[in-house]
Amino acid sequence: MSRIAARFANLKKEGRGALIPFLEAFDPDLETSQAILAGMPAAGADLIEIGMPFTDPMADGPIIQLAGQRGLKAGATLKGTLTMVRRFRETDDRTPIILMGYLNPIVAYGPEVFCQDAAAAGVDGLIAVDLPPEEADLLAPHAAAQGIDIIRLVAPTTDEARLPYVLEGSSGFVYYVSIAGITGTRTASSADLSAAIPRVRKFTDLPIAIGFGIRTPEQAANATEIADAAIVASALIDTLARNLDEDGRALPGTVEIVLDQVRALAEAVRGVRVAA
Amino acid sequence: MNQHFSPGLAGGQNSLRNLPDDRGRFGKFGGRFVAETLMPVIREVESAYLAIKNDAAFHAELDGYLKNYVGRPSALWYAERLTEHLGGAKIYLKREDLNHTGAHKINSCMGQILLARRMGKTRIIAETGAGQHGVATATVCALFGLPCVIYMGATDVERQKPNVFRMKLLGAEVRPVSAGAGTLKDAMNEALRDWVANVDDTYYLIGTAAGPHPFPAMVRDFQCVIGNEARAQLMEAEGRLPDVAIACVGGGSNAIGLFHPFLDEPVRLIGVEAGGHGIDTDKTAASLARGKPGVLHGNLTYLLQNDDGQIQEAHSISAGLDYPGLGPEHSWLFENGRVEYVPIDDDEALEAFQLLCRVEGIIPALESAHALAHVTKLAPTLDRDKIILVNLSGRGDKDIFTVADHTGVTL
Repeated sequence: MSRIAARFANLKKEGRGALIPFLEAFDPDLETSQAILAGMPAAGADLIEIGMPFTDPMADGPIIQLAGQRGLKAGATLKGTLTMVRRFRETDDRTPIILMGYLNPIVAYGPEVFCQDAAAAGVDGLIAVDLPPEEADLLAPHAAAQGIDIIRLVAPTTDEARLPYVLEGSSGFVYYVSIAGITGTRTASSADLSAAIPRVRKFTDLPIAIGFGIRTPEQAANATEIADAAIVASALIDTLARNLDEDGRALPGTVEIVLDQVRALAEAVRGVRVAA
Repeated sequence: MNQHFSPGLAGGQNSLRNLPDDRGRFGKFGGRFVAETLMPVIREVESAYLAIKNDAAFHAELDGYLKNYVGRPSALWYAERLTEHLGGAKIYLKREDLNHTGAHKINSCMGQILLARRMGKTRIIAETGAGQHGVATATVCALFGLPCVIYMGATDVERQKPNVFRMKLLGAEVRPVSAGAGTLKDAMNEALRDWVANVDDTYYLIGTAAGPHPFPAMVRDFQCVIGNEARAQLMEAEGRLPDVAIACVGGGSNAIGLFHPFLDEPVRLIGVEAGGHGIDTDKTAASLARGKPGVLHGNLTYLLQNDDGQIQEAHSISAGLDYPGLGPEHSWLFENGRVEYVPIDDDEALEAFQLLCRVEGIIPALESAHALAHVTKLAPTLDRDKIILVNLSGRGDKDIFTVADHTGVTL
């Protein structure tokens, strides 16, 4: 069983949903992001999503755009991001790692070799924002060959006629983009989510994670009540960005402040018991 | 009349004019690389486009606007003094600069705004580099009373002030984009972000033959009016096809509009990329000469990028060519060798700009000056009975400040 499937199966036994915090690789530098990554499981991360910096992140709002720019300035590359995962795996063999990013760096790396290297480093899932199911053959066969899940996005604009097509090639879990918009801008209402998630659930047995617009512990808890996991990205990056010095460098307390926020989110998510 | 006069009419089995395929591919290039949130609206645009492609009523309406509002057909001018000056092949200029708003961009804007209206969209967004596409979009939005938001790189806002003011006069909201280098690429990112957040009521009126399918095919088809007209006009003037057709390539819409009707004919086709400071420097916009295939802005195409797949900033004196990629059909025509692509650097374009002003009394856009610069190299090497057709894609009024600056003149 893959790490992702194992983790969701365990959480189901525990009767709670998952917290999936996000960090951008090399933001603001390799050491800081490696330390945040290393600290996340103990702070309550059930799965971890790592952003792969790209010059032109078309689905991201200003907060993650700037995180990517800081990462690139600090020398982020795909190889460097995989090295982060490899180091993380030296001490943690159970927490699933999902890489999220845009296709071009993967195309430049070579999709087949990238999937081989990612699997070897200990990556469990891939989210390529600009790879809709129509174009999946560019990456999906190579990921499947390495046992890496391709996690697909479902949006509020994905209607019921399209849902089966999108979900057909999904594995790992389904990423429900809760708003029609870019990251870190708006938040979906609980009512919207309560209507949307069962609509997706009709077509899949995979766990469903909600992302885009979850900022507070309350919102994270609410998301795991309605779905199976809450993804928190911009709110954590925002905290990191507010705790850098004038030149964008990490301060002595930066890592702990971000991890404190992960702890608060995890506590809220763990407070929610879902009927098994 | 020849079958090729009908835009979008497929050629024979071996025709080069039958692409894209159902996946929006030109060979391996093209496609639809967008976030899931946009896929439904992209499919909606595709269905709407397929519905009007062979709809006589739509084309009658479009032709009416092109004739009476845009001022088509645009003239085909035999540039006799330029021909004499260069001492070789006869040079004909397709005068897209004479269109309303001063460039070829309006051809596609008119087609797309009619499509957007049919789709029931009530808000228009667009990106612009030099501002020509922004002006053309703002113009058609004013004509049909639709609200219009134009994304423009902050650097371009600075170097294209007259066009920024024009857009505002036309009622558009111009939003400067300061991310990245503040040029066309960044404006396109921001327009896509707007579209993701406003898919229900908004139509993204893309300015070039690039982006996710169906935009490369649709913009090309609307721009084929250039090549179709030029072909008919040249047949009338000379009784034959040109030997060579030349156009500048940024995203490549004016070039594909000129070339496409000639793809199956024995006409040498040359696309001119912006070399910037030179293709051996890092200040260039020559995506084919210096780039490699990759995925950006919804399509797989040649891109300027580093070894890690990070997109590089383009550079050209011409804001309209200042883009690190180009339309996917050009990538395909480059790889299969049907079209030759050559770079022209900033200085060569400036020289050609001034030459055309002096010998023909025509101020060309700096974009078009790249095509003219290649003509100045090629024409003297060809016999006097040869014919070169050049697309004068736009007029240069917007560029006088840039040219003054580069030639040491203070206005």
